[in-house]
Amino acid sequence: MYVAVKGGERAIRNSHELLAEVRRGDPAVPELSLEQIKQQLKLAVDRVMTEGSLYDPDLAALALKQAAGDAVEAIFLVRAFRATLPRLGYTEPLDTSRMRLWRRVSATFKDLPGGQVLGPTYDYTQRLLDFSLLEPASKAAAPEDERAADAMPRVVDLLDGEGLVERHEPPAGDPDPLDLTREPLRFPAERSVRLQNLARADEGFLLAMGYSTQRGYAHTHPFAGEIRHGAAEVEVIPEELGFPVVIGEVALTECQMVNQFAGSKTEPPQFTRGYGLAFGHCERKSMAMALVDRALRATELGEEVESPAQMQEFVLSHSDSLEASGFVQHLKLPHYVDFQAELELVRKMRRSA
Amino acid sequence: MRDERFNFAFLDERSKRMIRRALLKAIAIPGYQVPFGSREMPLPYGWGTGGIQVTASVIGPNDVLKVIDQGADDTVNAVNIRRFFQRTTGVAVTERAPEATLIQTRHRIPETPLHERQIIVYQVPVPEPLQRLEPREAETRRMHGLAEYGLMHVKLYEDIARYGHIATTYDYPVMVNGRYLTAPSPIPKFDNPKMNMNPALQLFGAGREKRIYAIPPYTRVESLAFEDHPFEVQRWDAACALCGSRESFLDEVVTDDRGGRLFMCSDTDYCAGRQAAKAAAA
Amino acid sequence: MSLAMDLASVGPGLQAPELESQKIFRAAAEALAHPGRIVAMQTTASMPAGLHEASGALALSLLDHDTPLWLSPRLAGAASFLRFHTGCPLTERAERAAFAILEAGALRSLADFDNGEDAYPERSATLIVQVERLDDQGGWTLAGPGIKDRAQLRVEGLPAQFAAEWAANAGRFPRGVDLFLSCGGRACGLPRTTRIEA
Repeated sequence: MYVAVKGGERAIRNSHELLAEVRRGDPAVPELSLEQIKQQLKLAVDRVMTEGSLYDPDLAALALKQAAGDAVEAIFLVRAFRATLPRLGYTEPLDTSRMRLWRRVSATFKDLPGGQVLGPTYDYTQRLLDFSLLEPASKAAAPEDERAADAMPRVVDLLDGEGLVERHEPPAGDPDPLDLTREPLRFPAERSVRLQNLARADEGFLLAMGYSTQRGYAHTHPFAGEIRHGAAEVEVIPEELGFPVVIGEVALTECQMVNQFAGSKTEPPQFTRGYGLAFGHCERKSMAMALVDRALRATELGEEVESPAQMQEFVLSHSDSLEASGFVQHLKLPHYVDFQAELELVRKMRRSA
Repeated sequence: MRDERFNFAFLDERSKRMIRRALLKAIAIPGYQVPFGSREMPLPYGWGTGGIQVTASVIGPNDVLKVIDQGADDTVNAVNIRRFFQRTTGVAVTERAPEATLIQTRHRIPETPLHERQIIVYQVPVPEPLQRLEPREAETRRMHGLAEYGLMHVKLYEDIARYGHIATTYDYPVMVNGRYLTAPSPIPKFDNPKMNMNPALQLFGAGREKRIYAIPPYTRVESLAFEDHPFEVQRWDAACALCGSRESFLDEVVTDDRGGRLFMCSDTDYCAGRQAAKAAAA
Repeated sequence: MSLAMDLASVGPGLQAPELESQKIFRAAAEALAHPGRIVAMQTTASMPAGLHEASGALALSLLDHDTPLWLSPRLAGAASFLRFHTGCPLTERAERAAFAILEAGALRSLADFDNGEDAYPERSATLIVQVERLDDQGGWTLAGPGIKDRAQLRVEGLPAQFAAEWAANAGRFPRGVDLFLSCGGRACGLPRTTRIEA
């Protein structure tokens, strides 16, 4: 006689225990500390903070530890944690022109006020496995004066002086942007909403979308106007004080793409802009975001919408790793009722064929 | 026992309030998909986050909760969701459909008829019945606004032209109160007739797609059909191997690798009740 | 008058907001799901003068910072209570309100309120109308979703043109406002789909 294959409580409990064991690995190997993750897997922490929409390196490190290093799973943990947090207040907009910079490069000018600051980057490393890391290394020291630079003007602001780059004035009345963490997307989505969506978007998805714009699917003639990485002050205005107070800093990566634009009926030939912003050090993400942001402005700039990266609904509805990962993987859940229904149908169709 | 470290039913009060407002509008506009600010839940999207958010916003300490997946109370996902609510609310749970005040379901409607004091919450993966025909939400919203459903009728008619019948077996679209084309969620079309004039309040939550909709009690729900091709539900030649039912939706179970098959009720509570009644009579 | 100035006169709100809101929401859902059915809506709050128990219960359970509220002039005294306990913004412009609370006599055209859009009909206002009497015998015969055959509802206090207004509201479907009629600690729902037959 058939024995029920269903049956749950114990199976789930056993699975949790197995998972804990596999996550921990060999107990003879020392356990990772959050401090180690924060210090030595910093870029993973930054990605989890960015896509998790929560600036908290400790929790991001915890999530990475709990997720055994799976970034998408860690992002999920952080998002689920933040979703029901109370909202205590709102900060003033960050002023990235006043960032303390660790890195700042521009591909559009050889030199510029403030200069190019290469900072810490993998860009010019030769991608050779460094076998010296097989052994714990002694302290690596960097020259002191290469460490941080003071605030310097943004490259696009320099171009702005000549009127060659489009200006972005806040809309009339400077309305509060819709908060995507509390309200659903509505189409067409305005740019502030699109940028929120892209900031939370899966890096791999944005990378592929951004890349597609460079291969003829919505070519937007981009130049990396500036990529800056550093720390910006976070300010709030307490109601009882009425003036801004600094409550801390956040590390950011900002990318401004400038794109050649032949002009339209209403606009003269100039450079248009695409914008990317991420917590921590996420250059690939912020550059891809800037490309996709620009591509999504097609309608506004009178361009034909022909390619996936220009299609709001296509990009914004598929960019979130939680939504995508959840729905793809929900195929693991039992579907035998529906499968049964389909099985009957296929049998019926074959009988009548 | 309720774990007091979490808010009652996990969600914070403002999120619940937002969802409750969406639910009230959903009840007032039967079959219309109300967009809502779906929260990231501690379960993955596609695994019942919409149903969970609806249940979390509806549930109170006096409710008796039943959770089913594929008609069964003991499938892993049902167990997981039931444990989540036990942990965050401490409410009583049951497997007996008539005893439940709140039933969260994935893919089935219980065989035992529901009653007026019950709310059934469906987990919905794809709330937009037109999505496979028109993926753009801006377009489908316009179509719903104008009750312009030609696209769906053409699709069904093409099925008939091609196969001689409508080749949709689950998530078979319905018309609610003669106005809104609505996805019944991926229940087999076998269950569609149960939705019509049902005494219970039917709520639908789609977390990933961020929509909520409802069918009030005693509301007309018609499965789409044509005059010369009326709507029909599945029938089996077999009976349930456990309780002998010929009326319920049967799952096919492969018993060996030589083509052995047997059928049993997908609704485990219904099946267990019939087995118990038979044993008592014997 | 600033909010801070009359806080002293604001009575206490819900003592167990988590559980009381849930209970009131369920009553509200039952009322809308069974139009014409009269449900109890009582709370531990001390409602300000003029605000019916059920109106206050609905407001305390459903309003927050995201729901602009319009009050009829005669209910202006309830403003600081509702603002303090829910955080809801008040609006002077009826067409901008997500919720409105008014006495039946103040009800004019339902078209004065936000009726939503065809593509987003849920964006319409919800009206809480305080009536003098609610009874499930005699009066109107109701039909529509949520009603098995027919339901009876007798309401006193609504202006004479209400039935015509309600029919016009139905004519705008899927747009249209939804109503709660409150009377003391009891209320019933009239969603836009309910037809008043006599």
